[in-house]
Amino acid sequence: MNKRNIVFNGIIKENPTLVLLLGTCPTLAVTTMAVNGIGMGFATMMVLICSNVAIALLKNIIPDKVRIPGYIVVIAGFVTIVGFLLKAYAPSLDKSLGIFIPLIVVNCIILGRAEMFASKNSVLDAALDGLGMGLGFTLALFLMGSIRELLGSGTWMGIVLTAKLIDPMTIFMLAPGGFFVFGCLVALINKLSKGRAIKKKEMGCSACPSAGTCGQLKEGGCH
Amino acid sequence: MKEMPVILMNVILVDNFVLAKFLGICPFLGVSKKLDSAVGMSVAVIFVMLISTAVTYPIYMYLLVPHGLSYLQTIAFILVIAALVQLVEIILKEYVPVLHRSLGVYLPLITTNCSVLGVTLLNIDEGYTYSQSLVNAFGAGLGFMLALVLFSGVRQRIERNDIPAAFKGIPSTLIAASVVSVSFMGFSGVVDGIFK
Repeated sequence: MNKRNIVFNGIIKENPTLVLLLGTCPTLAVTTMAVNGIGMGFATMMVLICSNVAIALLKNIIPDKVRIPGYIVVIAGFVTIVGFLLKAYAPSLDKSLGIFIPLIVVNCIILGRAEMFASKNSVLDAALDGLGMGLGFTLALFLMGSIRELLGSGTWMGIVLTAKLIDPMTIFMLAPGGFFVFGCLVALINKLSKGRAIKKKEMGCSACPSAGTCGQLKEGGCH
Repeated sequence: MKEMPVILMNVILVDNFVLAKFLGICPFLGVSKKLDSAVGMSVAVIFVMLISTAVTYPIYMYLLVPHGLSYLQTIAFILVIAALVQLVEIILKEYVPVLHRSLGVYLPLITTNCSVLGVTLLNIDEGYTYSQSLVNAFGAGLGFMLALVLFSGVRQRIERNDIPAAFKGIPSTLIAASVVSVSFMGFSGVVDGIFK
């Protein structure tokens, strides 16, 4: 695979959020505003690039049997660093993302990419994959955040747009709105890709990032 | 200081982990296809939430805080949870094979379930005492179970219907989750009303 394909693969063809349906928890939880979506996306991207590079460097050192705990420690280390940087330089963002900053550790995208890509490829490829996947995640979160902010409070990136013309529908800022907008977006992607995206997201075992740890794959699926 | 029943009811109904706080969405979407797998997964989650709270809380309070290491919280907690899940699996396999057969499948998946790490972190953030934390963890697990079991019923009905091709599978599931989540919003204020 050439370098450009690796980056664009993560952004469009295998967009982690909208096509592979990984990392759904932060996608739904923090996208009440477009700014939060971008912030969460960038924080995750930083962790993803750093952990992909570190894991690609360590792939011959970490023994195969303890690789998952090994990856988790690497990822948790970077999450802690990113958490500190956010606390220091973007305290308001840190407050609005709250518990979802430490929870980047258990974001399926990061462990999934470590297991599926970084542990098998060169350092540069792993970094590019992290960049692509991170950008794909950021874009999806930004899209979700924009839709929910516009419908829910009539603003976009904090700028008042339709709030005076149409009454904002607060429900889009709340939990039901999150599920609804995400469902519609995934359906839209299904429609645009003419059904090609559906196959990848049946939440099957091979798509599940825990497949490596779970070992049920050989025994006929986890359900 | 909140009373125990208030914490319990709040975390089950009002601040439901899945439907209001968006924690543990992956298993919610992945395992809610059948009722028995939904129950199995939830029981495993309740169990892991309880033991990981029971272990991480003292570690944070008596090991990390006195030595000024509270910044290691995330790393320490996820490692403890991962190790505990492995340990429980080994113990169950060795001594309670019946339980291992029904829960064993779900245990390894729980390590990367954000609701477990979430509940341990939230207990510290909220400043709960040890017993309050345990109640909160138990309630969070029960809330998870309620959401999963309810939703597996909803989902079995959806699967049989004729829906547009683009909405088949996950999109229709997400929109159904949105409706179920609306119904849970009806509980806000109920708990304060009961325990005035």
